[in-house]
Amino acid sequence: MNLTLILFIVLAAVAAASAVGLLVSRNTVYAALFLVLNFATVAIFYLLLGAPFIALAQVTIYAGAIMVLFLFVIMLLGSEKLPKGQVLPWQRPMAIALAAVLLAEAGFLLFQRLQLTASLANPESSVNTTEALRTLGLALFSQYLLPFEVTSVLLLAAMVGVIVLTKKEKGESG
Amino acid sequence: MAHTIPLSWYLAISALLFAMGALGVLVRRNPLIIFMSVELMLNAANLAFVTFARSFGVLTGQIFVFFVMTVSAAEVAVGLALIIIIFRNKHSIDVDLMNSLKG
Repeated sequence: MNLTLILFIVLAAVAAASAVGLLVSRNTVYAALFLVLNFATVAIFYLLLGAPFIALAQVTIYAGAIMVLFLFVIMLLGSEKLPKGQVLPWQRPMAIALAAVLLAEAGFLLFQRLQLTASLANPESSVNTTEALRTLGLALFSQYLLPFEVTSVLLLAAMVGVIVLTKKEKGESG
Repeated sequence: MAHTIPLSWYLAISALLFAMGALGVLVRRNPLIIFMSVELMLNAANLAFVTFARSFGVLTGQIFVFFVMTVSAAEVAVGLALIIIIFRNKHSIDVDLMNSLKG
C-alpha cells in the first residue's frame, strides 16, 4: 500500500458516498452540498491525473458558480422539501434495476471487452508546472480557437435567453 | 514505477458515478435534484475524458472537458430559469404535476 493508492481509495469512497447522499437526502440543500463534495473529490482525481487546469476549473465553475446558482434557486423557490406525494409503486425498484443493469454493462465493457490492464503513472513533477499550462493555453487559443469562440457565443445566447425567459410579460401581474 | 493506479479504476469510478446520476434522474421527483444528477453524469463523463487524455498522453481530452464545463454552465442557467418559470405558473415544482399536455 503506497500513499497514492490510499489516497485514491479514500477519494473513491468519498465520491461514492457523496453521490449516494445526493440520491437519498430529502432536503435539497443537503443534496446540493453533497454534490459540491463530489465535485471537490473529482477535482482531486483530476490533480492525480495530471490535469491541474481542469481541476481548478472544476472547483471554480462547478463547485463555485454552478452550485451557488443551484443553492440560490433552491432558496429562492423555498423548495428545500417537497411534500410527499403519490409515488408509482413500481418506479423505484425498476429504476434501481435499470441503474444496476447500466453499471453491469459498463463493468462488462470495462473488464471483459476492453481488457484494460494499463496502469497510469503518477504525473511527473513536470506536469504540474506552468509549462503544461502554457501548452494547454496555446492549444486552446490556436488549434481550438473556433470552438472557444463558439463557446463564448453560446454563453451569450444562454445569458440573453435566461433574461428573456424570466422577464414578465407586459401587463402580467405578480 | 511502483506508484501506479490502474486506468480501469478511474473508469470504474466514472461508471459508478454515471450510474448513480442516472438512478437519481429516475427515482427523484424534485427537478432540482434531477438536474443535479444530470450534472453528476456530466462529471462522470468528464472524468473518463481526463483519464483517457492521460492514458493516451494528449491534451485534447482536457480541452474537451473545458468545453463541456462551459456548455453545462450555460445549460444550468437556462434550466434553472425554466424551473423558476414553472414555479411561477404552478406554484410547485414537483415533476409529477407537470402533466399539462396530458389529455
